Amino acid sequence: MYTQALNTSDGDERHIEDAERATQFQARIDADERIEPNDWMPAAYRKTLTRQISQHAHSEIVGMLPEGNWITRAPSLRRKAALLAKVQDECGHGLYLYAAAETLGSSREELVDAMLGGKAKYSSIFNYPTLTWADIGTIGWLVDGAAIMNQIPLCRCSYGPYARAMIRVCKEESFHQRQGFEIMLTLCRGTAEQKAMAQDALNRWWWPVLMMFGPPDQVSQHSDTSTKWKIKRFSNDELRQKFVDATVPQAQFLGLTFPDPGMKQNEAGNWEYSAIDWEEFKQVLAGNGPCNRDRMAARRKAHDDGAWVREAAMAYAEKRKQRAALQAAE
Amino acid sequence: MTVANISVSETPLVLYTLRRADDALILGHRLSEWCGHAPMLEEDMALANMGLDLLGQARELYSYAAKVEGRDNDEDKFAYLRDVRQYRNLLLLEQPNGDFARTMVRQFFYATFADLYWRAMMRSSDLTLAAIAAKSEKESAYHVRHSSEWIVRLGDGTEESHRRTQSAIDELWAFTGEMFAVDDSERGLIDARIAVDPAALHPQWLKTVSSVVSEATLALPKSDWMQQGGRSGRHSEHLGHLLSELQSMQRTFPGATW
Repeated sequence: MYTQALNTSDGDERHIEDAERATQFQARIDADERIEPNDWMPAAYRKTLTRQISQHAHSEIVGMLPEGNWITRAPSLRRKAALLAKVQDECGHGLYLYAAAETLGSSREELVDAMLGGKAKYSSIFNYPTLTWADIGTIGWLVDGAAIMNQIPLCRCSYGPYARAMIRVCKEESFHQRQGFEIMLTLCRGTAEQKAMAQDALNRWWWPVLMMFGPPDQVSQHSDTSTKWKIKRFSNDELRQKFVDATVPQAQFLGLTFPDPGMKQNEAGNWEYSAIDWEEFKQVLAGNGPCNRDRMAARRKAHDDGAWVREAAMAYAEKRKQRAALQAAE
Repeated sequence: MTVANISVSETPLVLYTLRRADDALILGHRLSEWCGHAPMLEEDMALANMGLDLLGQARELYSYAAKVEGRDNDEDKFAYLRDVRQYRNLLLLEQPNGDFARTMVRQFFYATFADLYWRAMMRSSDLTLAAIAAKSEKESAYHVRHSSEWIVRLGDGTEESHRRTQSAIDELWAFTGEMFAVDDSERGLIDARIAVDPAALHPQWLKTVSSVVSEATLALPKSDWMQQGGRSGRHSEHLGHLLSELQSMQRTFPGATW
């Protein structure tokens, strides 16, 4: 059930902004202390985290759709069970991320409404289609791999509930990542047709995956304050580079090539990649990716079709409460 | 090129095991169709949980059927390379999900039966079946609890949820009789105490179902006409579509390993 009545706390003493509190707050952050839900925090810190955690939660939930697309067609019973369990894990991540966001004073219902209304974003990567079984392997290997790169530093994020949620999420994501790689390995050791399927998936997902780390450092909007508050510990470009360096040997092991003929290793040992098409990223964020409309339609349909179920559950709970009160009065 | 359907030597024990495996796979598949589309995230989790339990049961039962059959069939060949006429599941379980009420009523009717069934099967003289039953019973006990709680909430919730749930009961009722039917092939196994006699479970099933349905302010239909055919491969039109999706990869890429 959706939690309620968490979203009005104006006038609360904790929301009064003053310089002395702000200084103390920053001193706690600098001392690597964890900020907890009942602690004083600047409104901008609360807002930034609410936005980030809820976007993360929305991404988990929308992310169920491209992979869910293959649950009914998984090619073996073992793969089917593993994929269903994986997508269920994503749902679990969504649930505890919403719970972490709720500790900042916004209800799940409010956050979900913002997403369904198109006001809140989710990860751009889920606006690409899963066309073949190899896409399921590639999502595990690269999308979850990139997510881990982004999320490991969040386990040390200054906000306690988010950091703790991330520890559990990262453990499960790293299991998913290995599972995805293993799907790719099976394809690459399979028939020529299977290997071609794996290569095609890598070709389609590679650039969108690099975009998952966000805009290049020169133009990133949120990084400065997020770094000061220890929400973000590495820049977008740093994490992207780390990911590319980790991924190249894995692709070599699989015998796959990147859709980037200009890719080369520099003297420092880092793999340099060609320019990313940020116009594509901008378009996907603006709602013009291949699947934006389908994803939103699917989430809205689930929400609308489920409305009568949620209403029934509330009505029943209310009836029970009244009956219990009547009994107590007798 | 296509892959032909496998042939199966349906000795009584192989057939018996395949019937239960098909039940679990087909219902598990139906539940997995909900993933990402449920009325609330908690239900996405719960439906996937039950689906995973059922897929696990199917895999164990298929593997046992393969062992008993002693040819080169395995869990995936049973699942992916048999056609509609070779599938042996109950008609109830292949019925489309419909709305959430329809899915929960289907789950409630079956889980209430399966829980009694597995509990009885724990005493099977076949030790593998007894072991599978012991594990499955724990799972089905949760399925009964979860689905019956929903039947009560939906039945006694709003006018709309009441109407939808009553209509689901009315639509699915005719498929419940098949759960308790016994044919000659199973009769011998029941006499040998390998298989469970489902007819003996009917009174208890009806008692539990009636009590939940009445708590939910709903009613069971008066009609006693019961549809049958799944156990001998005479299915509804729905199963073919389910299988064409389930089996699409194995049929498109014959012989590949995934």
